[in-house]
Amino acid sequence: MMTLFGIPAAALFGQLLLGLINGAFYAVLSLGLALIFGLLNIINFSHGAQYMVGAFVAWLGLTYLGANYWVALILAPLVVAAVGVVLERTMLSRLYKLDHLYGLLLTFGLALIIEGVFRNLYGISGIPYAVPKELAGGWNLGFMYLPIYRAWVVIASLVLCVGTWLLIEKTKLGAYLRAATENPALVQAMGINVPIMITLTYGFGVALAAFAGVLAAPIYSVNPLMGSNLIIVVFAVVVIGGMGSIMGSIVTGFMLGLLEGLTKVIYPEAASTVIFMVMVVVLLIKPAGLFGKGA
Amino acid sequence: MLKKALIGAVALTALTAAQASAQYSDNKIKIGVLTDLSGTYSDLAGKGAVVAAQMAVEDFGGKVNGVPVEIVSADHQNKADIASSIARKWYDAEQVDAIAELVTTAAAIAVREVSKEKGKIDLVSGAASTALTNAKCSATGFHWTYDTAALANGTANAVVKNGGKSWYFLTADYAFGHDLQAQTERVVKANGGEIKGAVRHPFPNSDFSSFLLQAQASGAQIIGLANAGADTINAIKQAKEFGITQGGQSLAGLLVFITDVHSLGLDTAQGMMMTTGYYWNRDDETRAWSKRWSAKMDGKMPSMVHAGTYSSVMHYLKALAAAKTDDGMKVADQMRALPIKDASGFAVNGKIRADGRMVHDMYLAQVKKPADSKGAWDYYNIVRTIPGDDAYQSLADSKCDLVKK
Amino acid sequence: MTTNSATTTATPATKGMSRQTLFVGVLLALGLIAPFAVYPVFLMKGLCFALFAAAFNLLLGYVGLLSFGHAMFFGWSAYITAHAAKEWGLTPEIAVLLGTFCAAGMGAVVGWLAIRRQGIYFAMITLALAQLMYFVALQAPFTHGEDGIQGVPRGHLFGLIDLNETMNMYYFVFGVFVLALFFLYRVINSPFGQVLKAIRDNEPRAISLGYQVHRYKLIAFVISAGLSGMAGSVKSLVFQLASLTDVHWHASGEVVLMTLLGGVGTIFGPTAGAYLVVTIQNYFATLGSWVTIIQGVIFVVCVLAFRSGIVGVLRPLLKKRGIEA
Repeated sequence: MMTLFGIPAAALFGQLLLGLINGAFYAVLSLGLALIFGLLNIINFSHGAQYMVGAFVAWLGLTYLGANYWVALILAPLVVAAVGVVLERTMLSRLYKLDHLYGLLLTFGLALIIEGVFRNLYGISGIPYAVPKELAGGWNLGFMYLPIYRAWVVIASLVLCVGTWLLIEKTKLGAYLRAATENPALVQAMGINVPIMITLTYGFGVALAAFAGVLAAPIYSVNPLMGSNLIIVVFAVVVIGGMGSIMGSIVTGFMLGLLEGLTKVIYPEAASTVIFMVMVVVLLIKPAGLFGKGA
Repeated sequence: MLKKALIGAVALTALTAAQASAQYSDNKIKIGVLTDLSGTYSDLAGKGAVVAAQMAVEDFGGKVNGVPVEIVSADHQNKADIASSIARKWYDAEQVDAIAELVTTAAAIAVREVSKEKGKIDLVSGAASTALTNAKCSATGFHWTYDTAALANGTANAVVKNGGKSWYFLTADYAFGHDLQAQTERVVKANGGEIKGAVRHPFPNSDFSSFLLQAQASGAQIIGLANAGADTINAIKQAKEFGITQGGQSLAGLLVFITDVHSLGLDTAQGMMMTTGYYWNRDDETRAWSKRWSAKMDGKMPSMVHAGTYSSVMHYLKALAAAKTDDGMKVADQMRALPIKDASGFAVNGKIRADGRMVHDMYLAQVKKPADSKGAWDYYNIVRTIPGDDAYQSLADSKCDLVKK
Repeated sequence: MTTNSATTTATPATKGMSRQTLFVGVLLALGLIAPFAVYPVFLMKGLCFALFAAAFNLLLGYVGLLSFGHAMFFGWSAYITAHAAKEWGLTPEIAVLLGTFCAAGMGAVVGWLAIRRQGIYFAMITLALAQLMYFVALQAPFTHGEDGIQGVPRGHLFGLIDLNETMNMYYFVFGVFVLALFFLYRVINSPFGQVLKAIRDNEPRAISLGYQVHRYKLIAFVISAGLSGMAGSVKSLVFQLASLTDVHWHASGEVVLMTLLGGVGTIFGPTAGAYLVVTIQNYFATLGSWVTIIQGVIFVVCVLAFRSGIVGVLRPLLKKRGIEA
């Protein structure tokens, strides 16, 4: 058998593919965070909680409204975005003139509240959510058995990430957005309603989180703490990619997924820590992150 | 006026008479239920354990020799430091006489240290590690429901005897996981089985796919899950997703509670073998008690931890009544002397050993096929009853210094 | 985090001075008699967290640096003290000092890496380093993973005073706390402290005035880390336990909550905040996940409406009476 790094090549490919799947979640979540940070200058600590709410909306929709997975994929982001818009208007918007750190602390508090409420309502042991029929089963790739659903996660995330990137880089709306990130006052002066744009950006960012939550629901149990375990890692992804950099967060998300996959073969205990090692190194060498501009 | 004084005098003599026959400090019995009310283990223990303890008090009549019994509860959040500080506060400042439940080994050991120091009773139900009756044993500490040795002796024995000779472990990377893996390895090797390897995963962990792939690559017949709660649930679900079970390998959940099976659904969990100290649908007695518990818990059914909490609190109350005092050592002596029998149908052939282990019959259960389940929570077939002495670590092997050798 | 107006160094009148003395005297007296009225272990826990928060506040309130990784100093010194007391049999005062110096040493390394960055980047790099140290705590054999180091002996202070006596332990903790807080007070009101505040308010200006800003920040970081460590060391003796909880990032979040709630950049604010949070945890433990919700609500309310914290709100009232809180 062929080996790389002393590991059978087949096993290594399997792990890298799995890493890519995890990377897909990191990419979608960190993309949302990066968008929000870029325009609002807020580190959205409640991103993990909003991801969790997305998964819960999918489950609630299925249980009480009979809404299937495909409906949930549209419904959950809309619901979470609507709530996000309300939060932004009533709370976050008061903090834009203050230090970044207040936004971090406020959203940290919101995350505690949201998670606490869901813990009270649904306990903690996780609620199952079945893989949709259309995506059940899997393919035998020779080196591993790939569940169709996991392949779907990677494809859906890639499409979403690339779509978002095109929207921001190639459309007029995206141009306004980028301009507002650079100089909100000037854009406002040109007759564009910046506050509405900020609100919608926040809504879109958290909608991405909710979308990732629905994608995750069939893989992991729907669980009130599913987001809090992930948020710190996603932070690291955004910081490594360069805060506010759209492309950076996407590429870094997938890359770190791969790196984590590799670590799970070589030294599994460190899998949850390797990302932070990278983060320390990157921050020391290139403080603005791999894809960031200036500090 | 005179009449009033007379009544007062009579009442006073009656009171002192009662006190003469039974000495309970501050004329109150207080039992603390210290558990995980909000975390990973809150379904298998949590509020259900508090309810079970309250049921024990009600069934006992609410009073011990005329002295009222009160249940207090708190959330230790699975953290040793919180558990230890609540235990200290309860014993020092709130006249708590005993602490029950105590899921999570780290928390249970922390409380054990405090209870030992203060000479108070602890009734461990939810924690798994055999350390509680070995290095950390105490004259006033009891381990009631199950432990890692019993789980290994039950499940691993059965699986190896059914032909599952080669094993690979997915182990939660903390004391409990290591302990469970070690106990299971011992049993597997003793039965002529072989260990192909193990991988330690972070605790808690949500993505098991890469660990499962490593287990698959090992070619072992059995993948032993030395973890608990949400970790076990996720590992089992993902094993199904990755076609591990279709590929001819089987999973052995080394610690699976009925609440986990409920969360997995029968579709996913069917066929799995496990060891449990209690099953609500085992006989008329267990059904009757469980339905009473269920009525207070929105139709859920009790896990072994819930029934074990009821049983341990009930036995403690009986010992209090017999000892006529709440002095920890004297009550502990009564607990060891009295027969164990209560309405939950827990603790069949139960007895308490010198090391604090409550030895009772365990059950090897298999999860039913969805078609065989006759209703909600009808999940297990009891394959075999494992006599307590076979299930638990033998007293001769105990490292507890209370065991006379 | 630089919104408070504590920078104006009041030139206290003699009358004000005496009132200040009286105020501090009353607080000291309260601290001395408190264990007769309130459960001492609870008071000691509060004091440990108060010291932790006060040390953290030196960075946040007086240098304007938000560290999101202070749990590494708090938790690691707890491990070191616990190990020293349990395995090496050192006396409590030596064990605590050892924990403190180790934390200060860690602070020197972490600080050296982190102070080159500001704002969010500073927070993130401290978080990342704390996560690494958490991983080490989880894996190193002597920390005993999830179980932690349990059954740590409190021992005899200077080999004489038995700290197993709750009251002796309390006065030991109280003594450490008062000395540490006094030390912090002196640091803040020294010329060194003035430079720190100048850096906080306008770093480029401080640089142009010729101050070696990095050196000042580093010293402040080391002091903050050392005192955080001292708090962790003492806590491990009080509870006879050192565990992963104290190295986890939640502990770093908690100390931010305490400081924010009590009042950033105030002397007594962190103490007030620490006691409030500890009280919530202690007395609402039965409420289970409601504790999380309550903490979340406090965060939100503090940030939206109450940014100066409890002491921050009271300060103008006290100031009128010549008291610097």
